[in-house]
Amino acid sequence: MRLRQGVLAQSIFFTAAAIVAISTAALLLFTGSRGLAVFSFMGPGEFFLGTSWNQNDQTFGVLPLLLGSLLTVGLTLLISGPLALGVAIFMVEIAPDPVRRVMRTVVELFAALPSVIYGLLGLTLVVPWVRVITGGGLGKGILAAVIVLVFMTQPTMVSIAEDALRALPESLREGALAVGATRWQMIWRVLLPAARPGLITAVVLGTGRAVGETIAVQMVIGNITSRLPESLVRGATTMPAAIVTQLPEATSPEHRAALIMVAFLLLLITFGLIAAVRAAGAIGSPRRPTRRRRLTPTARPAAAKGAIDV
Amino acid sequence: MDTSAPTPTTMTIRAASLYYGIFRAVKEINLCFRPNVVTAIIGPSGCGKSTLLRSLNRINDRVAGFRVEGTISLGDTDVYAPGTDVVDLRRRVGMVFQRPNPFPMSIFDNVAFGLTLYAPPTRAALAALVEDALRASALWGEVKDKLRRPASELSGGQQQRLCIARAIATRPDVLLMDEPCSALDPISTLKVEELIAELKCSYTVVIVTHNMQQAARASDITVMMNMDAVDRAGHVIEVGDTDTIFTNPKHPQTEAYVSGRFG
Repeated sequence: MRLRQGVLAQSIFFTAAAIVAISTAALLLFTGSRGLAVFSFMGPGEFFLGTSWNQNDQTFGVLPLLLGSLLTVGLTLLISGPLALGVAIFMVEIAPDPVRRVMRTVVELFAALPSVIYGLLGLTLVVPWVRVITGGGLGKGILAAVIVLVFMTQPTMVSIAEDALRALPESLREGALAVGATRWQMIWRVLLPAARPGLITAVVLGTGRAVGETIAVQMVIGNITSRLPESLVRGATTMPAAIVTQLPEATSPEHRAALIMVAFLLLLITFGLIAAVRAAGAIGSPRRPTRRRRLTPTARPAAAKGAIDV
Repeated sequence: MDTSAPTPTTMTIRAASLYYGIFRAVKEINLCFRPNVVTAIIGPSGCGKSTLLRSLNRINDRVAGFRVEGTISLGDTDVYAPGTDVVDLRRRVGMVFQRPNPFPMSIFDNVAFGLTLYAPPTRAALAALVEDALRASALWGEVKDKLRRPASELSGGQQQRLCIARAIATRPDVLLMDEPCSALDPISTLKVEELIAELKCSYTVVIVTHNMQQAARASDITVMMNMDAVDRAGHVIEVGDTDTIFTNPKHPQTEAYVSGRFG
């Protein structure tokens, strides 16, 4: 009976894993094949190095989208990463308990807000503000998008970074203080290095959100695809914003293929970020020889049954 | 108790009571920890040994609600005076914890940690100081070829000796040890005990231990503590030469405890 249950459970898990694997492969295959079709209309050079994306004259150079994404995400990361780290350190090491609880609630609230609300707030608060400080123009552009994205990425980054710091054993803190470290020396020299894998994960997952964020960015960035981003306060676009703006009205096969190719690039970037998270996780766990003992041939069947924790 | 004049590296506790919130965990302590002497604090679980030890370098300040009445002083510095520099105090009063707690960095960097916090020495001087500390903690021979390897690769006993090296690298005046061998195997324990005997030449050593044999082997003075049956506060039952405490104790509770009949 127990054996039967084991077989049943195993086949359920196996099926679930297979569904995930197959759907991922299908996703890649679909977007890849449909997207790569763009190269039957134009050369890769024209697509990847073209500095204009204009559906009216059928030029689809991806650089305005790619650079727009790069600038938006890069600037977001520069502001959001250190900010989130600071907030997490404050919450774990400095804030008294009641303050920490309030902050935690705020972070969870921020995480639960739908994108469109962020977009709306960006449109009604950030864009007018940018318009005022730049003295003219529409106010829509990369700067507005970055400000919105900083707020959107904080919950992800702060909560993961906070967990990573909180998970550190108290003995590390006491050990550092006991040799005469100040609180800041303890944080900088012991806690942050010890929590590095978790902190990198926090930043990368936050970046993932910034890379993929569509609707909030689309509402505040101006959606100008026809030229390279020329200033932080002039209209620009990002890859997902361009897709969502243009796909509904993409009637020509070239246009559709080009947009799906952008989606494919976006997928590849996302997979790259996930790989980065996994690599970061591996940094923190040095391979201990004692744990990675090679099994003897006689021990292997036992290990297969789960008798030995490999 | 020895009543000779305290030196600058003597820790003196006068009429001290230690509280967690309103609960008095330890009461009416009058003790003196002298240089070049190993003082062992023994007693059953929950009698406040660790609380007392952790109050000496104010590491217990991290526990919410902890406070001290009475005076604890190092030389003539009042440890709990408002103007006392806690960081400086902890540089003078090193501590080794119950479980080895090496930092997630290399063996060398672990030992060098305390040395590089203020006015870091030159590279050569730093290397020499690290070597001294590792030799003093009897670890040099085992790690001299892998100083750049992560400390986590060492065995538990080696890690604990590394933590001792880290604690003595900054040449503190006093060395506190909170059950330093409780997580170690017998051979590592023996090594650490031998080390304690050597360390007393240079330091004031205070060690909390559950292990009676360890107190008997490694210490010169033994402090017996127990919990008061009425108010559940830990207090000192008896203080004396280790030999006397173990062979001819005056107090019946000490006698019962060291002969293994309770605790």
